[in-house]
Amino acid sequence: RGMAAAAVLLLLLLVAGPVPGRAGAGRERRDALREELLLSPLPTGDVAATFQFRTRWDADLQRGAVSHYRLFPKALGRLVAALGVRELHLALTQGFWRTRFWGQPPLQAPAGAELWVWFQPTVTDVDRAWKELSNILSGIFCASLNFIDSTNTVTPTASFKPLGLANGTDHHLLRYAVLPREVVCTENLTPWKKLLPCGSKAGLAVLLKAERLFHSSYHSQAVHIRPVCQDASCLAVSWELRQTLTVVFDIFSSGQGKKDWSLFKMFSRTLTDACPLASQSKVYVDISPKNKEKELLEVTPPPTSVHEAVVQGDKKTYAVYDLLSPSLFNTSRSLNVQLKWKRPQDSSEMPVPVLHAQRYVGGYGLQTGDICTLIYNTHPYRAFPVILLETVPWYLRLYVHTLTIITKGKENKPSYIHYQPAQDRRRPHLLEMLIQLPANSITKITIQFERALLKWTEYPPDPNHGFYVGSSVLSALVPSVIAMKDVDVEQSPLFTSLFPSSDGSSYFVRLYTEPLLVNLPTPDFSMPYNVICLTCTVVAVCYGSFYNLLTRTFHVEEPSRGGLAKRLANVIRKFRGVPPL
Amino acid sequence: MAAPLVLVVLAAVTVRAALFRSSLAAFIAERVEVASPLNAWKRVVEGLALLDLGVSPYSGAIFHETPLIIYLFHFLIEYAELVFMITDVLTAVALYLAIQDFNKVVFKKQKLLIELDKYAPDVAELIQTPMEMHYIPLKVALFYLLNPYTVMSCVAKSTCAINNSVIALFILATIKGSAFLSAVFLALATYQSLYPLTLFAPALLYLLQRQFIPIKLKSKSFWLYTMQYASLYLCSLVVIICLSFFLLNSWDFIPSVYGFILSVPDLTPNIGLFWYFFAEMFEHFSLFFVCVFQINVFFYTIPLAIKLKEHPVFFMFVQIAIISVFKSYPTVGDVALYMAFLPVWSHLYRFLRNIFILSCVLIFCSFLFPVLWHLWIYAGSANSNFYYAITLTFNIGQILLISDYFYAFLRREYYLTHGLHLTRQDGTEAMLVLK
Repeated sequence: RGMAAAAVLLLLLLVAGPVPGRAGAGRERRDALREELLLSPLPTGDVAATFQFRTRWDADLQRGAVSHYRLFPKALGRLVAALGVRELHLALTQGFWRTRFWGQPPLQAPAGAELWVWFQPTVTDVDRAWKELSNILSGIFCASLNFIDSTNTVTPTASFKPLGLANGTDHHLLRYAVLPREVVCTENLTPWKKLLPCGSKAGLAVLLKAERLFHSSYHSQAVHIRPVCQDASCLAVSWELRQTLTVVFDIFSSGQGKKDWSLFKMFSRTLTDACPLASQSKVYVDISPKNKEKELLEVTPPPTSVHEAVVQGDKKTYAVYDLLSPSLFNTSRSLNVQLKWKRPQDSSEMPVPVLHAQRYVGGYGLQTGDICTLIYNTHPYRAFPVILLETVPWYLRLYVHTLTIITKGKENKPSYIHYQPAQDRRRPHLLEMLIQLPANSITKITIQFERALLKWTEYPPDPNHGFYVGSSVLSALVPSVIAMKDVDVEQSPLFTSLFPSSDGSSYFVRLYTEPLLVNLPTPDFSMPYNVICLTCTVVAVCYGSFYNLLTRTFHVEEPSRGGLAKRLANVIRKFRGVPPL
Repeated sequence: MAAPLVLVVLAAVTVRAALFRSSLAAFIAERVEVASPLNAWKRVVEGLALLDLGVSPYSGAIFHETPLIIYLFHFLIEYAELVFMITDVLTAVALYLAIQDFNKVVFKKQKLLIELDKYAPDVAELIQTPMEMHYIPLKVALFYLLNPYTVMSCVAKSTCAINNSVIALFILATIKGSAFLSAVFLALATYQSLYPLTLFAPALLYLLQRQFIPIKLKSKSFWLYTMQYASLYLCSLVVIICLSFFLLNSWDFIPSVYGFILSVPDLTPNIGLFWYFFAEMFEHFSLFFVCVFQINVFFYTIPLAIKLKEHPVFFMFVQIAIISVFKSYPTVGDVALYMAFLPVWSHLYRFLRNIFILSCVLIFCSFLFPVLWHLWIYAGSANSNFYYAITLTFNIGQILLISDYFYAFLRREYYLTHGLHLTRQDGTEAMLVLK
């Protein structure tokens, strides 16, 4: 009887057991990790490596308490839920992407730190949420994002549309800030790597070693969180976290004379396996032939497949190494992709990107100056509009009546201007313009500014270094040479699917110009006490003179009976018998 | 008298027109001594451009002019040069007519006091004669129109010229005895730059004198007239401010104009004392010293009113001078206004003690301002202390000039009542001291 009871209990447990498990499995959300590395040789002989790690989680972080985090990092998930964030884009960059020589970037970021966030419409106090968010992110990424305050935050109206799902775009829910003075170093890389599901122990992230990554001319790491459609019917929302890292190795900083690259030369590591948690792990090498000739580049070992796609309006060919395919690690236990140039690069062959820009400060002296932006449209026959966003700190007082836009010698009036003047010590200037760029033209935009004298406590520790002006942002739909087919987001490589494309004839590009370094006149920092004394002395001179003239009256001078010395002398003279003074 | 005045006006207009057409116009317009954040022409143009873009000019920190200036220049921006030349001429003519009337009043009062035997017997050489007073109005107009400070201010199209002309019209209205017009122009002047509020006291004293109302605190007619004048002034001020509200349908201009004047957030260098003081101020004491410096402009009024209640026009001169030295954003245009009055007190020349040194100081400082600015901002071989030092010297020069004239004025008054040749009790020549 005891045995029968035990058997019944066991049976009950066996029946009841899987049920919570099944219900649990039903409550469990599916999440997936895809990782990829894109190696693209640049026209100048340098090579750019772009890592992308995408975690997609079919959970609604806004609604319902999610407590079980698997691949999606808990720090960011709780941040999104608690502060009502709809989209978050944070980039930390060191160096400048030279669009003119390196071509259109897959994902560019301005020098320093850039943070732009769309909040949910349910957030009532967006400024407070923004401040909390920047402080929390400052802690998570060990970056001084806590310096983001109202003096460097703006609300653009046209430049930064949501990249994920959005219904309604009230731009009051958007905040954008850039800290051009921020530096990126190992302390920022380590917490970024920690957010990856495999950390830096397996998969593509083993290549991310700080001593090689920061020995480069451009290093940009970014975090993008946005809601996306779960499938084509878009009935449910899933959250996507993309962590991207772009690094450009050049011959000079890596200290080698030849232009042949390999994973070992670049990262001093090779790939040994894919991340076990990843559903896809690929390395793409751009082997597109230039000028429709044979390939310039030879890659070893032979790739698992070749992928052709139209990326940024151009037909490109990629050699693909699938780290999850069993055939890859058959011959050797590590994968060291090597790129060899078949014939020397000819500098005259360097293709010029369709859209690129430059910005510099003109003028002399510490009183005034002007900001000049040159935008180049090198497309031979197509004109297209570009939105320019400039954020200038309040201490460079812009004069918008001096704004001139000249294209091909004639004035070019922008079709949309949004200008928000700065308020001293409270908010920066915001200038957004929609400018039409004619085909094959250079557009010069000039605006004059006046440099303010700040209070001595408002200068940074090295005041004569100058003040940084953040990069201006150019957003454009550039017409593409080849029509792009609408492809399934899930099947295409990650580097083609960050920016949604509305139609196949143009692709979205966001470019950043150089940050500027501007000197301001400085007071003498050693003089506060002296200045206070001297100025108060001048005021006291006036007060004293007026006090005398107002309170005293003229009198005839009485002869004085002499001071003490005279009287004493007279006493001594009396004793001597000599007449007194 | 009209013909010489017309000649002077023509000469002044020619000089200004010549400078407008030359390359010096752009150079002068950039000078910080001539154009301050409150009255620079560049900022007026910027404000109008912002209005065209659909943004309120007061939403930023560039434009600190009153809505009246927006009204005025919205229609007259094409003729800006002409407007400023006409303003200068208007100021000069107003001062000319005012001083002409004032001379008549001075002469009448002098005659009365001589007949009443209020003067000592041996002061004949101190009495002003119509002969020497004949050319004073012309000299005043000349001093104003051909003063290099005024010319530079006009060529730079600084709205200080408009403020000066409003004050000059106020002086004319006061001296002519029209309380209503005087109150209206004073309200306008206060509305434009806030500090002329202190000119209420001398205007009131003059009008009371003109109405032969004795200035006694117990007198009913004194209080009645004061209330009348004060209510006229306040009503016109309220009307002007309400009209300004209807321009842009907002009260934004009040913090932008008056908040700016009083709290001095912009530290652009100028010829005044505020900028470097607040650039080097410890943050903790900033509010305290702003209050102290602003009170400093206003608090000389009551003591001066008590001392100079018999001489309200001299009081007005001293008050205008104090405003020009201690206001938050002074320019040379403000200095030119009180300098225009110096010919009126030319009979005090023999009692001035330091006039040579002070005029040298003022002239040298005026030449050194652009030199040291260039060395600091463009050459980079000097620093802000050099420019600050010249600012201090210039202000000390101005302060000592005003107090010297005050001393000379009081001394002449003493001599008039006590006689010119003073002797001590034992018969030897006496010295006069201030005790």
